Amino acid sequence: MTVGLNAFILVAALLFAIGMVGVILRKNTLVIYMSLELMLNAINLALVAFSRYNNTMDGNLFVFFIITVAAAEVAVGLAIVVALYRRRQTVMVDQLNALSR
Amino acid sequence: MLDILFYIFAAITLISGLMMVLSPNAVTGAICMIVCFINTAALFVLLEAFFLAILQILVYAGAVMVIFIFIIMLLDADEDSHSYLRDKMSVAGTIVGFALLVVLIFSAFVSSGALPETALQAVAENPSGEGQGIPFTTSAKSFGYSLFTKYMLPFQVTGFLLLASMIGVIVVSKRQEEAK
Repeated sequence: MTVGLNAFILVAALLFAIGMVGVILRKNTLVIYMSLELMLNAINLALVAFSRYNNTMDGNLFVFFIITVAAAEVAVGLAIVVALYRRRQTVMVDQLNALSR
Repeated sequence: MLDILFYIFAAITLISGLMMVLSPNAVTGAICMIVCFINTAALFVLLEAFFLAILQILVYAGAVMVIFIFIIMLLDADEDSHSYLRDKMSVAGTIVGFALLVVLIFSAFVSSGALPETALQAVAENPSGEGQGIPFTTSAKSFGYSLFTKYMLPFQVTGFLLLASMIGVIVVSKRQEEAK
């Protein structure tokens, strides 16, 4: 494969920026969580690309740990979203403004 | 051939990620997210990280997204047709996102500390990794070797983190049940 490291890093940067825009732009808490997962995914892609082009194994192991932590984070975060929905009957962040009233 | 595959997979990854962010329906977004994860796994295969590609499909596209779709359907949290890009906060958010993209691309490709254009090296053969660092191999054996030698403490901490998150999920779910 003649595709260089820079192409992978460019894809990872674009994916990270897309996830960032999603976190800022969207109002649904679940979609914000999915955008966070997209940002973690972009970091995974960058780490695997660096690991492969540096010819060491460490980046792959970082990705292994990141996938584990992301799975734990999703479980806890979605439990919190479900608890929030039971309490407030909404998951839209623009209606969860109890502190500003 | 592999170059064409890279461009195809990268394009599908970016387009499906963008569709996830921009689709007004949460379920459609989740399906686009699964497509994005599977294509990222394909990019991992192109980088010869086969174990991570399988792990990506199993954990992300399997477990995590199934939980997401389950919660979306459980909460019936479809977005009302709220038009974003209309109020000032959304415009400001889009500008911040593009500023982040400009900073990332500038720092990685334009400035003095830009990345060198490196070629793909051949995969090393010894999975136990004698030498200064652990060389890149495609076998899952090198994962196990690294996890139990160099990354022993992070491995145990990660196991403890999984236990803590499991207990946390049970506590968060149960306390609300008792309050009702």
